[in-house]
Amino acid sequence: MSTTSQHSDAAVADIEAERAGQQRFDEIIAADSRIEPRDWMPAGYRKTLVRQISQHAHSEIIGMQPEANWITRAPSLKRKMILMAKVQDEAGHGLYLYSAAETLGTSREEMVQQLLSGKAKYSSIFNYPARSWADVGAIGWLVDGAAIQNQVPLCRASYAPYGRAMVRVCKEESFHQRQGWEILLELSNGTPEQKQMAQDAVNRFYGPALQMFGPPDDDSPNSQQSMAWNIKRFSNDELRQRFVDMIVPQAEALGLTLPDPDLKWNEERGHYDFGELDWDEFMSVIKGNGPCNVQRMQHRREAHENGAWVREAAAAYAEKQARRQQDAADAHLIGA
Amino acid sequence: MTESLNASWPLWEVFVRSSRGLSHVHAGSLHAPDATMALRNARDLYTRRNEGTSVWVMPSDSISSSDPDSKGGFFESPQGKDFRHATYYTKSEGVKHL
Repeated sequence: MSTTSQHSDAAVADIEAERAGQQRFDEIIAADSRIEPRDWMPAGYRKTLVRQISQHAHSEIIGMQPEANWITRAPSLKRKMILMAKVQDEAGHGLYLYSAAETLGTSREEMVQQLLSGKAKYSSIFNYPARSWADVGAIGWLVDGAAIQNQVPLCRASYAPYGRAMVRVCKEESFHQRQGWEILLELSNGTPEQKQMAQDAVNRFYGPALQMFGPPDDDSPNSQQSMAWNIKRFSNDELRQRFVDMIVPQAEALGLTLPDPDLKWNEERGHYDFGELDWDEFMSVIKGNGPCNVQRMQHRREAHENGAWVREAAAAYAEKQARRQQDAADAHLIGA
Repeated sequence: MTESLNASWPLWEVFVRSSRGLSHVHAGSLHAPDATMALRNARDLYTRRNEGTSVWVMPSDSISSSDPDSKGGFFESPQGKDFRHATYYTKSEGVKHL
C-alpha cells in the first residue's frame, strides 16, 4: 500500500469520526441534555463558549473595582464587612468561571493575558464610576439584579461546567442584590440629601444596567446560534423586558423613580413599555471610551504585576519542598 | 519568568463534605503551587458560607477516568437485567413490609 493511500485512509477515518461526533452532539442538544468537556463538540461551539465564559470571568474580576473603591469609606463597620464579603464573592465567581473555561482547553494564563492586553472584553457596565455610597447600592440592586436575570437561565446552559459554575454563582448573587436594595432603602428613608443621593445613583445606573443584556435582538448576530446550541435560553430583549417588569415595583417600594419618561404599564402586552436606550453610548463605551476604561485596565495590570512576587514565592517554595522530598526519597533508597 | 512560573501551577480538583455523615462531593477545581496552598485556596473559594466540614484536594492529572465515547461498551447494559431492581418482583403486592 502506498503512503498516499494510507494518508487518505486516515483522512477518511477522521471525517467519519467527525461525522459521528457531530451526530452525537446534535442528539445531545436535541434532547436538551448536557455536553461535558471530553465530548466531541463543533469548533464554533467551543470557540463561542471560551469567548463567552472568559468574558464573563473577566467581568467578575474587573467588577470588583467600582465597589472595592468604597470599602475604606463604607459608612459603618457592618457595611464594610458586607462589602468586603461581596467583593470577595466576585473574585470567587471569576475563579469558578475561569475553571469552567479551562475545561475547553484554553489555559488560565492565556485568558489572563487576553484581559491584560485588552484583547478580551468585559461587561461595559464596569467602565462607569461608583461616585457615591449610594452607587454601591445601585450597583447591587440594578447591576447584580440584571446579572442574575441573565445568569439564572445560564444554569441550564448546554455546556455542563458553565451551568455548574452558574448554579454556584446564582446562589451567592441574590445576597448582592438584596444588600444593594437595602442600602438604597436606608438612604431613601433618610434625609432629603440622602434620598437625593439614592435617586441620583439610580438615575445614572438605570440605562447602563438595561444595556447589560446586550444590543437589541435585531442587532445581535450571534444570539440565534447560541440559542440553537442551548447556551442562551432567552433573547436579549426578552431578558431586558423581564428585568424592567421586575424592577418597576421594586423602585416603587424604595420610593424612588426610574429615569425613563416612556416607562408605563402596557395592559395589552402585560408588560411595561420603556424608552429607547442610548446604543451609541453603549458602543462607545465598549470601544474603550467610557469614563473608566483606561483606569480599570491600568488598575488590573498593576494588581497583576504587584502580585507577581507572591506567585513567584509560592512557586519557588513548592519547588523547594518537592526537591527536598525527592532528595529524602533518594537517600532512603541509597541507604536501603 | 513570572508568567512561566504562574502558568506551571498545577490544577487541583476540590471535593467538599457538606456535613458529617455525607460523602465528599466534587465542588470544582483551582490552581495552586502545592497541596497546602490548594487546601487553603479551596477553603476560601468553595466554603465561604459554611458549605463544608472537610475538604479534599487532588492533582487533576492523577485522576483516571473512563472514555466518554465508550459509554455503551464500558458500562454493562442494564437491558434484560430488571431482576436487579426490587420493582421487578410484583407478586408480593398487598403483602405488608415487603
